[in-house]
Amino acid sequence: MVQGKLAWRVGRLAEVRDETPTARTLVLDVPGWPGHLAGQHVDVRLTAEDGYSTTRTYSIAAPADGERVEITVQRVPGGEVSPFLTEVFAPGDRVELRGPVGGWFVWRPASPDPVLLVAGGAGIVPLMAMVRARRQAGSRAPFKLLYSVRTPEDVYYAGELRRPEAGLDVTFVYSRKGPADWPGEPHRIGVADVNTAGWPAEFAPQCFVCGPTGFVEAVANVLVALGHDPRRVKTERFGPSGS
Amino acid sequence: MGIVTPGFQGRARSADEKLPPGQYLVEDFPVLSAGPTPRVRLENWRFTVTTETGQKHEWTWADLKALPSETPTVDIHCVTRWSKFGTSWRGVSLDTLLADVDTAADYVMAESHGGYTTNLPLEDLLDGQAWIAYEFEGEDLPAEHGGPARLLVPHLYFWKSAKWVKGLRLMLDDDLGFWEAAGYHSYGDPWREQRYQGD
Repeated sequence: MVQGKLAWRVGRLAEVRDETPTARTLVLDVPGWPGHLAGQHVDVRLTAEDGYSTTRTYSIAAPADGERVEITVQRVPGGEVSPFLTEVFAPGDRVELRGPVGGWFVWRPASPDPVLLVAGGAGIVPLMAMVRARRQAGSRAPFKLLYSVRTPEDVYYAGELRRPEAGLDVTFVYSRKGPADWPGEPHRIGVADVNTAGWPAEFAPQCFVCGPTGFVEAVANVLVALGHDPRRVKTERFGPSGS
Repeated sequence: MGIVTPGFQGRARSADEKLPPGQYLVEDFPVLSAGPTPRVRLENWRFTVTTETGQKHEWTWADLKALPSETPTVDIHCVTRWSKFGTSWRGVSLDTLLADVDTAADYVMAESHGGYTTNLPLEDLLDGQAWIAYEFEGEDLPAEHGGPARLLVPHLYFWKSAKWVKGLRLMLDDDLGFWEAAGYHSYGDPWREQRYQGD
């Protein structure tokens, strides 16, 4: 445990980037931030004028970079926090953060093993931190990313993921509507997708699966059925949408 | 009190005394686990209590189902901030299972299929506070919620209620389980908001 890791710190919103019509990346400057590993989370605490406060946990979207912390928030209609963070919260505004949290669902740049990342919707966020951490470290670990979204408009980090990158293969699966040049029929992710876009089990890759419960359950079961060692399949299920 | 974030209003304030600090209420039952869901065949299922001297007490599935069961209805609190009220279970009280176990241990490591572990003080498993649960809301406990049987210790954060439990190892000294070694609190009392080490 890093000393003071769990102290609440004040972060200031430095910039915003809209990823989709309903998802926004928030780049925060957090003086005293102790750094983090790709895959970890941060707790964000909001306090109202009358002292009422509430906390949500968000995956961090980018590797450690000084005192910068990036999160991507999906707006949940009627949510208590996400509409505020994606529509009202403006550069210069302050919020409290504490972290980093989590030491299991992490990728360490020193690892040379092949990596399979499987994302369902907003589950891309911690996996994107791993993709970016690999790039930042100049790692040669071979990466494959399988990213399931409803429609092309739902892709986060679209420009970045569509730029070719040596040693990173990106495959999209569309569950409701694909782009015009996509050869497949829209479908839920299944054995064929994971088998085709992933690594053979005998390569013993590290597998990271993140997304809604049903999605993660399905993909993890497929990986085990394809012969992957369950101990090398790390999962993170989004419980109730941390609105 | 933290710093005020201008413009943030939040929801109607709930003064629900049943909700621990920092939690919010859900109606569904989210699934959270660190890896794939293990599938355990009942004919191979065993529950083993191992004492600090290495003495083993073992129950098959039939043995467990033959023991007197209880039907606790409890509130559960996950460290990821959801709470669910009035969940009903069927299982065997740890008081029943540990009745004939001779031990001087103060601590327990719960061990699960799939390799998960979590540590608890033994006293938190006794006096009607914990069960080996095999039914949820009148149905067999589904695998994704820890079936065929899970530990149920509702007065602690729910990661202590080990899914797919296969045994308890009694220990003279405390040790850290899976999440505890990763920085989560060793005890995990929701009412004292003991989420992480040092809380």
